[in-house]
Amino acid sequence: MQQVMDFEHKQSAHCENGVVSNMLKYHGISLSEPMVFGIGSGMFFSHMPFLKVGRIPVTSFRPLPGIIFKRTSKRLGLTFEKKKFSDPRKAMEALDQNLSQGIPTGMLVGVYHLSYFPAPYRFHFNAHNIVAFGKKNDQYQISDPIMDHVEQLTYDQLQKVRYAKGVFAPNGHMYWLSEKPKEIPLEQAILKGIRQTCKHMLEIPVPLFGANGIKYLSKKIRKYPDKLGPKKAAAYMGQIVRALEEIGTGGAGFRYMYGAFLQEAAGVLNNPKLEALSLDITAIGDQWREFAIITGRIVKNRNKATESYGAAADLLLEISKEEKTFFKKLKMAIAS
Amino acid sequence: MKTKDVPQDNANLMEGKFQEPVYSLDEDGNYTTVRSVGWDPKNAVMLHAWEEVNERIEEVRQKVLDGQLSPLAFYMEKNIMDTSLVGKYMGFWSFKVKRHLKPKRFNKLSRQTLEKYADVFNLSVEEFTNIELLKKK
Repeated sequence: MQQVMDFEHKQSAHCENGVVSNMLKYHGISLSEPMVFGIGSGMFFSHMPFLKVGRIPVTSFRPLPGIIFKRTSKRLGLTFEKKKFSDPRKAMEALDQNLSQGIPTGMLVGVYHLSYFPAPYRFHFNAHNIVAFGKKNDQYQISDPIMDHVEQLTYDQLQKVRYAKGVFAPNGHMYWLSEKPKEIPLEQAILKGIRQTCKHMLEIPVPLFGANGIKYLSKKIRKYPDKLGPKKAAAYMGQIVRALEEIGTGGAGFRYMYGAFLQEAAGVLNNPKLEALSLDITAIGDQWREFAIITGRIVKNRNKATESYGAAADLLLEISKEEKTFFKKLKMAIAS
Repeated sequence: MKTKDVPQDNANLMEGKFQEPVYSLDEDGNYTTVRSVGWDPKNAVMLHAWEEVNERIEEVRQKVLDGQLSPLAFYMEKNIMDTSLVGKYMGFWSFKVKRHLKPKRFNKLSRQTLEKYADVFNLSVEEFTNIELLKKK
């Protein structure tokens, strides 16, 4: 097989948005990354002290992997065919078959064995999304939304990442667009996306999530230095900033991306209130960056004084209040 | 954040393989993306996380050389894995992997099992079982 589809690869900040955006583009639907993100209600906050990865509690600025994808396709009326395989060879066969029929195919993969990834970014994360859109000289042509350019993988390399093990093991999961409506219900989808984000940021009755979750985290980190000692406390703080900035958030834990979404949505819905709110969330994003700066200092000086923890906790408390106000305003802005 | 303020602090964490798009406002107040090579606070926490990993690898390496742990313990740590994850690649329960961390048990493993382990870490059995190799690293 020697064929490659005319697939336009565009880099994005986050893989899930990026794959959807790129695949839709191929099928003639032009939606930016922030649009996909906003419609899929991608912005979130959660802190789960009992759930640990690498011995560190999980803080996250997004919902579970796969959810943005699911919501976006549902709200836009798109149907994706999905398949999993227990036999790796069958998974590769099915992919080859798709490619020979000219269907760009999305896949879930683990990043640890992804050969083109820079080493410092390779850890056991199994919910990364890529698209294969052809095969040339026995190399699969891969559009990985994180990368600048199109990448190549051999049969063995691709099989290995499709069968990474551990949490969220992909089991060869692949998906492709099978049906689309004549016209996508863009305005409705945007409103649904915003409504759900407001609800999840304001109304989940467990204090680990949404704006209340940020307050909860603030309370926790105030006690970190006394409770954990300087070494462990620094490691815990570091994880928060990694979730906030490391790969895929577009800066400030998706807050900037959400600002971009609201700005675009303001145009589509002809609602100037959203334009103003876009600036509000941008300012909140700036505060998250400030939090990252304090944390960066804590991590660098981890063997010295412990006073910055108070400043970091104060800032989070402030952010929690601001996000609460923000989402109340946002809810009002689209109520009609 | 304004487009002109997007930091470009390079710590070579991306090894020149890509740059990350950061969303920011341009001079007309429109959102756009700027490609960034890094940001100090983020570089600091990433480097710190890897430092912690490397510290643990070094600890385990010493223990393997002292005969307290098997080479499996070293390669597990080096690949940032735990017994449960290694177990999933092997088709073993994690307690079985845990047993193989002891040199005594490890030395009794069949060639077949060793091959399977070595394969998980992308090594040959000879590389995998040769403790001498750990001395230079």
